[in-house]
Amino acid sequence: MSADRRLTRRAFTSGLTSFGLGASSAFAQGFAGLGGEATGFAPVVPGRQLVFPADFGAHPAFRIEWWYVTANLRDANGTDYGAQWTLFRQATAPPPQQEGWANQQIWMGHAAVTSAATHRFAETFARGGIGQAGVHIQPFHAWIDSWDMAAIAPMNDATLAPLQLSARGTDFSYALRLDATQPLVLQGDGGYSKKSERGQASYYFSQPYFSASGTLALDGKPIAVTGHAWMDREWSSQPLASDQTGWDWFSLHLASGDKVMLFRLRHADGQHYFAGNWIGRDGKSVQLAPSAIVMTPTASTTIGNRKLPTQWRIAMAERGLTIDCTPLNAQSWMGTSFPYWEGPITFHGSHSGVGYLEMTGY
Amino acid sequence: MLNVVNLSKTYRSAQDEVSVLRGVDLRIAAGESVALTGESGSGKSTLLHLIAGLDDADGGEVWIATTQVLGLSDAARATLRRQQLGLIFQQFNLVPSLSVADNLALQARLADRHDPAWQAELVERLGLGEMMKRYPEQLSGGQQQRVAIGRALAVKPALLLADEPTGNLDEATADDVLHLTRDLVARSGCAFLMVTHSARLAAMLDRQVHLHAGRIA
Amino acid sequence: MSRALWILAVLMSHWRRHPMQFATLVTGLIAATALWSGVQALNQQARASYDRAAAIFGGTRTATLIDPAHAVFPQQLFVDLRRAGWPVSPVLEDRVQIGGRSFRLLGIDPVTLPPEAAAISTVGPRQLAAFIAPPGRTLVAPETLQDLGLRDGATPQLNDTVTLPPLQLEPRLAPGVLVMDIGMAQRALNKPNEISRLLVGQQTQGMRPPLESITGSTLQLVQPDAESDLARLTDSFHLNLTAFGLLSFLVGLFIVNSAVGLAFEQRLPTIRTLRACGASLRMLTAVLIAELVAISLAAGLLGLIGGYLIAAALLPDVAASLRGLYGARIPGQLALDPQWWLSGLAMSTLGALAAAASSFVKMARLPVLAAAMPAAWHETQQRWLRLQGGLAMSMIFTAAGMAWFGDSLMSGFALLATLLLGAALALPVVLDATLDMGARWSRGPLINWSWADSRQQLPGLSLALMALLLALAVNVGVGTMVSSFSTTFLRWLDGRLAADVYISATTDAQASAIKAWLAQRHDIDAVLPSGRAEVQIDGAPVEILGLADHATYRDRWPLLQATANVWDKLRDGDAALVSEQLARRLKLDVGGRLPILTPAGPWSLGIVGVYADYGNPKGQFAVNVDAMFEHFPEALRTRFGLRVAPAHIDTVVNALRRQFDLDSRQLADQATVKTESKRIFNRTFAVTTALNAFTLGVAGIALLTSLLTLGNARLPQLAPLWAIGLTRRRLAAIELAKTMAVALVTALLALPLGLVVAWCLIAVVNVKAFGWRLPFQMFPLQMLTLLGVAMVAALCATLLPVLKLARMQPAKLIRIFADER
Repeated sequence: MSADRRLTRRAFTSGLTSFGLGASSAFAQGFAGLGGEATGFAPVVPGRQLVFPADFGAHPAFRIEWWYVTANLRDANGTDYGAQWTLFRQATAPPPQQEGWANQQIWMGHAAVTSAATHRFAETFARGGIGQAGVHIQPFHAWIDSWDMAAIAPMNDATLAPLQLSARGTDFSYALRLDATQPLVLQGDGGYSKKSERGQASYYFSQPYFSASGTLALDGKPIAVTGHAWMDREWSSQPLASDQTGWDWFSLHLASGDKVMLFRLRHADGQHYFAGNWIGRDGKSVQLAPSAIVMTPTASTTIGNRKLPTQWRIAMAERGLTIDCTPLNAQSWMGTSFPYWEGPITFHGSHSGVGYLEMTGY
Repeated sequence: MLNVVNLSKTYRSAQDEVSVLRGVDLRIAAGESVALTGESGSGKSTLLHLIAGLDDADGGEVWIATTQVLGLSDAARATLRRQQLGLIFQQFNLVPSLSVADNLALQARLADRHDPAWQAELVERLGLGEMMKRYPEQLSGGQQQRVAIGRALAVKPALLLADEPTGNLDEATADDVLHLTRDLVARSGCAFLMVTHSARLAAMLDRQVHLHAGRIA
Repeated sequence: MSRALWILAVLMSHWRRHPMQFATLVTGLIAATALWSGVQALNQQARASYDRAAAIFGGTRTATLIDPAHAVFPQQLFVDLRRAGWPVSPVLEDRVQIGGRSFRLLGIDPVTLPPEAAAISTVGPRQLAAFIAPPGRTLVAPETLQDLGLRDGATPQLNDTVTLPPLQLEPRLAPGVLVMDIGMAQRALNKPNEISRLLVGQQTQGMRPPLESITGSTLQLVQPDAESDLARLTDSFHLNLTAFGLLSFLVGLFIVNSAVGLAFEQRLPTIRTLRACGASLRMLTAVLIAELVAISLAAGLLGLIGGYLIAAALLPDVAASLRGLYGARIPGQLALDPQWWLSGLAMSTLGALAAAASSFVKMARLPVLAAAMPAAWHETQQRWLRLQGGLAMSMIFTAAGMAWFGDSLMSGFALLATLLLGAALALPVVLDATLDMGARWSRGPLINWSWADSRQQLPGLSLALMALLLALAVNVGVGTMVSSFSTTFLRWLDGRLAADVYISATTDAQASAIKAWLAQRHDIDAVLPSGRAEVQIDGAPVEILGLADHATYRDRWPLLQATANVWDKLRDGDAALVSEQLARRLKLDVGGRLPILTPAGPWSLGIVGVYADYGNPKGQFAVNVDAMFEHFPEALRTRFGLRVAPAHIDTVVNALRRQFDLDSRQLADQATVKTESKRIFNRTFAVTTALNAFTLGVAGIALLTSLLTLGNARLPQLAPLWAIGLTRRRLAAIELAKTMAVALVTALLALPLGLVVAWCLIAVVNVKAFGWRLPFQMFPLQMLTLLGVAMVAALCATLLPVLKLARMQPAKLIRIFADER
């Protein structure tokens, strides 16, 4: 049992996005075995200029990739919600690309809606090459099964907006419109995001300025909502080092209009790797020095037989920031083939606002 | 050693009630042997069964040493029987599938009181030395009853109860068996109560009591 | 603890002095456990192999979408449905030939395969990449590998053109199936972008839009409870086996019950003595239960070994009949899981405890000092008989109710169970009445005594006699059914195998060549073309048989019902003869209509007759062969029959074999086919017959042990007779006569009961289990034989105790008077 989880965790953290198949977590582990080497896949190197709209689409020469949207939402009564829409891609073999069923891409979708009382999620899988899942560049359209993220024409390539986002599970569904006026933001050093001192890295850009509006449906009951949304686009061939056991990742919408992305990659020996970007309301993205970030768990929640730090104090002395983060729902557990924690948070202190927390490898 | 106080017993059936014992009082000291006589149906056996905890009374008390028998649970009565009482019946009641030796040791083993020296003395006095490996069906009636007496005394009981122990034996054998029993009782120092309808046998014991109309006369 | 052990030792000493009783008890437990667990092992083995089949069948346990009009449909419908939120997974399936053998090739998509569609995850985690990425893998069962004569990793060729992905052994897979990625399957079968069906998973992404809004009327949803599930189909067969196993188990328990009861009875004095000596009731009960559990565990273990041997011996027959009847393939090697051993031991222990329950109750109520005499049976006997009689009546009434109102296989078996149980309970009542009557009519004190004594003996024997009655009745019933079947079947085969020589060519071209060659010969009376096709009706496959218009069929075809001029109507085209199974399943009648979908469009057939089609798991109907080819232009024209004069058959067959290099699967004469069919059907009932014999054997043991244990108890009753001047020999003869008389009455009662059982099997159980009904026939000779066997069994069982009596030392009889009990 614990061996299983260790394998799963390793799979997730040694450079693989989570691909499990069906209800079989054994399958997921199978993919873990693929993660060891990146031979034949394209390497992530510093200095590559990201190009839009081309980089909206898939990069099959790289092994893994994701299109990731999180939204902090609120209804007319002031009740808070969170929504997640994720499309993962993984290649089972290096290029060249094969046609039809022989295509080596496997796609995985995760979707979730969180409220203070419930956390609902769904998961689905597809093979590339036949049309069940994929990403079109122009007009922009990412999909798996009936879940879509599609451009609403005319879409602005600089802002990747407006978009229509929808997904459904057994007991929930949502349809959101995402608008943005500010351009995309490059994370790390001009889109090159280092994940360890030994060169593991990914290409990483975001759209943190989305405003969201639309409808959630919980158990068939529609709820009109508005709020902030954040999109991450990331691709790599081996983003994590082998001794990294998981990560704690934050996206923060400050009330001032500034945005902060930061993460901690946990090392088995306790020498964690910190990174982040401060994104001003003017759109300027500044990389944070690892030594300038202090992340301290302040309370934890037990889910099943796992213990997760669900409340955090974050301090950045240089920026005059000291905040305490609390989850909307401490039980925001994604019990998918590769399980992890992902849910909306609020924070108070020197700054206040909302955001999303993602924790893997617990 | 035995003290029976105001003991009463009534048998009820759908048709009628028969009061067998109506306030029996009886006291027997350690080392004393007492014969209980009475007509058929006078309640001799019933009294014996109540003393042995084999049946429930309607009123009164039965004390064996410092224990009140009535009111004890089945398990506690069983413990009392195997440690404090020796029972001898007219039918011998040996276990047919056990050898004489095993039958002799039966109660002592149950009570966890197996005393080889005492057992050897009993075998010697009862004259069973030659037949230890035989089975009950290979013995005569008198021999079987000797085995039953040995079984009852092997545990060194506080009280030996006998219900017509010689009823199935001829006169000479009966006398023989009873003499032996009396000697062994005296030797072990226990109290001895014997139910009999024979005045001749009753006269061989220290004291005779007569049960009539549900009372000790 | 040492006290408990000492009590145990005292109680167990009884067995040392009475080894025969101990043997009885152990034999009963062994027999019960062996037969029950043997049958369970067979069932388990078969079920495990269905799971293997279902593991990849998918379609039978999962709802599916099919195109009712076409074998395959475009893959785009799969994508469209997924995009609309339907949790579907594609499957492509076809039959392929490799090295002259036929296999099912199955293409699946492991990524979308619903977890509930596969009982096993057919594609293990590590092989996924290898499975879907070129060159891929072909998963096969060990049996398939053997059939192909290839090793793991080999790459066989299809039709000498397409190379399959490397073979990989998958022991959990069903035999005869090749599983590969759907992409590889499309290439191998040359069906790019086509699929045969979609498995519909249970996990949904919210509300599904209606099917029609996505795929129009192309696809049809087939619910998983369609009749085609192998496990469901064979359920009846296994129920049959289980019923037999249970019957044997009960008969075994009868033995255990009488042995335990007698042991208790005989140990009562010991138990009283132990209580008088200060063993508590609770401890005695605990020790007695411990003793029984220990004995039943040991006996159960031996029984399990026996059960394993029985199962191993019967497995080939079971496998053969399942293949013959249902087309289900079972591997010939027994593989048993720990659960089987555990449940066998549990059955043995619980059975022994159940059998001993009444004895335990009796002991708990026992006064310590009651006179140590065996319970006075005769006093309570009349009351018991009345109670038992009442119970028997209510059972028989229930059975009648089942026969009248029941409409399922389960109710059929319940009917049998209540009938048999009611009859068994009624037996002592009937015997008692018979003996009473005999006593009234007899003259002379000795005869009178012997009637009365038999009556007194009855309670001790009645369980054994009940066992005998049940075993005999079931034997008569099953024997009658099997014989009815084989008589009917042979007659039916004569009708169905109308042609003298059967040919199945490999290709249409070869078929034409053979026909041309035959046309030039003068020893051929007629060539009867035939055709075969398959359609789906209500989601289950149904066979279509194309028959030529020929006198052969008119004369011989085994019609159960028909309209006037049935063959003329069939020749006209739009008419069909339906098999009895299909008629029952679809509730079709002569005069009704059967609409089907054919490649050439819908075809509405008028039903002009119903024919017997014994043993076919699939529904079938027959149409005119020319009409069939009009509607199924693709159907193979490779099968045909020949009418040849008997004298010329060998010549024709040999000439054909030489000329066209045909093997035994492609060319057979009627006699060979008939022999083969008879062989299959004989094996079908071989299991039944074997279990039948076992049951009779166990009943014999029950009788023997009951008589043996009664022997000692009866001495006190016989001793006075000896004392007043009857010789031991005479006494023994009387004993023998009495027991044989009682056994004979029982056996005679078993005969009509057996016929009722046969009727239930033929008219109720078979119809539900197999879909056809046999004409009921009686076989007096067989019944007489069985009667003889039963009497011989009773004689054997009686002889031993009677001989013991005849040779008994007078001293032992004298003892009866001297001894106190």
